[in-house]
Amino acid sequence: MDSTHTPPTMKFAIQINSGPYQSESSESAYQFVRAALRKGHEVYRVFFYYDGIDNAFRYASPPDDEKSMVQRWSQLARRHDIDLVVCISAAQRRGLLCIEEARRVGKVDPDLADGFRISGLGQLVEAAIEADRLLVFSA
Amino acid sequence: MTGPTKKKFLFVMQEAPHGSCYAQEALDLLLTTAAFGQEVSVLLLDDGVFLIKKGQQPDRIDSKEIAPVFLSFEIYDVRRVIVEQESLHERGLDQKDLLLPVETIPRCRIGALIACHDRVVNS
Repeated sequence: MDSTHTPPTMKFAIQINSGPYQSESSESAYQFVRAALRKGHEVYRVFFYYDGIDNAFRYASPPDDEKSMVQRWSQLARRHDIDLVVCISAAQRRGLLCIEEARRVGKVDPDLADGFRISGLGQLVEAAIEADRLLVFSA
Repeated sequence: MTGPTKKKFLFVMQEAPHGSCYAQEALDLLLTTAAFGQEVSVLLLDDGVFLIKKGQQPDRIDSKEIAPVFLSFEIYDVRRVIVEQESLHERGLDQKDLLLPVETIPRCRIGALIACHDRVVNS
C-alpha cells in the first residue's frame, strides 16, 4: 500500500463552551468538524458544556432567514454518525432535560434535539484522553 | 481504553468567582478529570486569581463558596496550583492575599508551561 500521499488522520475531541447566540464558538466548532470530516479525520465526540448546552435545545426557533445551529448539529449527527454529548449537570442547571429526566420531574416534553444525548463529564474526560487532540471552543 | 491513559491536563481559569456558575462548572470538570487518574494542574490567569482570594463572602449574594474546593485539591491529588505573577500584581494582590500557597510564574513562562501539558482546557 502506498501511504506516502496519504496524510495522517487524527482523532479529535471537541468541547463547546458557549451557545449559538453568545459567541461564534459553536459556529467555528461546527465549521471545524465539517472540515475535519471532509479531510478524512475522525471526530470522536463533540461535548457541550457550560452555556454550550444551548446548542441542544429542540425548540430553539430562530426566524426562517437565520441559520439554526441546533438543526445543523442534528443534521451533522444524522449524516456522519457523530456522538453529540450534552453535560447532564450543565443541562439540568439550565432546564434542558431529556425525556426520562423530564418525566421524572413531571414535565411532558423532551427538550433535547435529535442526535444529541445527555451524559456525564466522564464522557468529556474519556474523549480528551482517547483523542489525539482536544479542541476547546470557548466564548 | 487503549494506549497510554495518563495525560497531563492543564486547566486555565480566567474568570472571577460568583458572577456566573463558570467556576463551579470548571471545577466540576477538573475534579472529574482528577478522578479519572489524570495528572491535573491549574493555572489562574487574569481575574482567575480572585478565585483564591481571602475574605470572600459569597453568602451575601446567595452564592456558593468556591474557595474551599481549592483547599481540598490535595485529596484529589491535584498538586499544582500555578498563578501568573503579573495577574496578581496588576490587581494589587500578593501571595499573602491568597488562601493557599501557590506556585507563581511570570507571564513570559506561560507559553512553556502550556507546551509541557498534553491537554489544555480553558473555559
